[in-house]
Amino acid sequence: MRISIAGLAARHHAAAAGAPAALKPLTITVAPGEQVAVIGPSGAGKTTLLHALACALRPVAGTLELNGIDPWKLSVARLQKLRGQLFLAPQTPPLPPRQRVITSVLAARLPRQSLAASLRSLVYPTHINEAEAALARFDLANKLWDRVDRLSGGERQRVGLARALVSSASLWLVDEPLSSLDPSRAAQAIESLTQSARECGATLITTLHQVDVATRFARVIGLRDGELHFDLPSREVTRERLTALYAQHEHELLAVAPVPDAPDNGAPDDKTPAAMYCR
Amino acid sequence: MNTTISAGPAGLASPHLRDPAWVSRVFWTSVALVLLAPMLVLTEFKPWTLFEPATLKSTKRFLADFFPPKIDMEFLLLVARECWRTVAIATAGMALALLIAIPLTLLSTSALSISALPGRMHAIPLIIRQAVRWLLIMLRSVPELVWALVFVRVVGLGPTAGVLAIALTYGGMLGKVYGEILESDESHATNTLLRNGAGRLQAFFYGLLPQSSAELTSYTVYRWECAIRSSAVLGFVGAGGLGQQMDNSMKMFQGGEVATMLIVFMLLVGLADYASSRLRRALA
Repeated sequence: MRISIAGLAARHHAAAAGAPAALKPLTITVAPGEQVAVIGPSGAGKTTLLHALACALRPVAGTLELNGIDPWKLSVARLQKLRGQLFLAPQTPPLPPRQRVITSVLAARLPRQSLAASLRSLVYPTHINEAEAALARFDLANKLWDRVDRLSGGERQRVGLARALVSSASLWLVDEPLSSLDPSRAAQAIESLTQSARECGATLITTLHQVDVATRFARVIGLRDGELHFDLPSREVTRERLTALYAQHEHELLAVAPVPDAPDNGAPDDKTPAAMYCR
Repeated sequence: MNTTISAGPAGLASPHLRDPAWVSRVFWTSVALVLLAPMLVLTEFKPWTLFEPATLKSTKRFLADFFPPKIDMEFLLLVARECWRTVAIATAGMALALLIAIPLTLLSTSALSISALPGRMHAIPLIIRQAVRWLLIMLRSVPELVWALVFVRVVGLGPTAGVLAIALTYGGMLGKVYGEILESDESHATNTLLRNGAGRLQAFFYGLLPQSSAELTSYTVYRWECAIRSSAVLGFVGAGGLGQQMDNSMKMFQGGEVATMLIVFMLLVGLADYASSRLRRALA
């Protein structure tokens, strides 16, 4: 999917009216099939940029064009159809705890399925092969029938990434895909993600905290305080540029040791009965 | 040091060591008392009349009537049948209530709004959701006893009136509380599905429902338990079941029969309570 934004500014809709926009006017274009890493210190507007591209936030200024179409000029129904072309993976994996992994992964198929087909898949899952293949890419094929709340934090995050492979989206917007993976898992996950995106012909835009991983992308965009700091091929991203980008946030640049993949992080707690509502 | 610790609420301690919540706590307690006093007067709340000799005597007579409970086979069979009818009224009423509540919940919950994704909900969906909400409030604000009196006039004495009364009131109640549960629960999964282009009902079945199923089921079971108790009360206005039998026996001063039915009813409610707690544990 071809993306072009011109002077696009955005702020979260819950933000106070007078607050400065999290993303200040920004102009970039991304060609179909391109793979871009977005880096920058916390609060730089990385997530806001992804949400604006995913049509999850209405821009406060400027224009967004996806394949030459301004999504905000479409009707609600047409826009929702367009959203089926976009895959937004939030940082916290959006998986209901009681759901099984298979269902969570197949949920990415919903935009291209009828309601009847979706309900049928709840009775007996259809496209099991597809889900299994997607999970295998992230080394999770054996978790196919497990419940989400039996998985560790890192496993959940990888299930969230496996969803992208099952969706038919042509633009993948992935927010901090490695935040709860250990370094070796992170390397494997980013490899699977970029390779699958290439195979699917999808454009991939990923925000990252790990600068070393970001330089594996062909193109790196540096954001700071909602403004474009640099937009360069990764080989031109020098140590000096990174130091300038992370000035006063050096701990984020240096402390790249991510949270280890805690094995029983997501293990079910004690059997407490479901809350009873007495109204 | 010692003085600061032993200083009372009014505190002789230096100002920053005084509990800042103290004044407002005293204030709101006094407000509550001042508001409660007229209510006690209005409701003629005089508990001591319970212990006046005349009252005690009539209480004793009434309770003495209850003993011994009537336990001949024929009567017990009748009670069992009426008990079963009470449960059936409650269950049928709940089934109809669900038919009312589920579509109205899906219509009214803002958790499934597509237009609200990037910010504020559009005007037309907002008006529709609000209208459905008012309909639910209207349904639940009329007590089931009043609906039962209405339906006894329309469809005549018997369980049908009870079923319809429970269906309408509980439909409104379930619809409102389901909506609250869906909106108060974690919306991350549902929102993400909607943002990635899923339809509203698809997002409901793949995001919202698995997220909230335990709470929804537990509330439904709790309401079913309430419906059993309520259907016994509805019997008193002629809507069938155990309540109607109890009313008959009371009118004929058959204390023994009333006692039996009360005991059976307590067992029934206990059983429903046990069943619902087991179910909730299974869902955990």
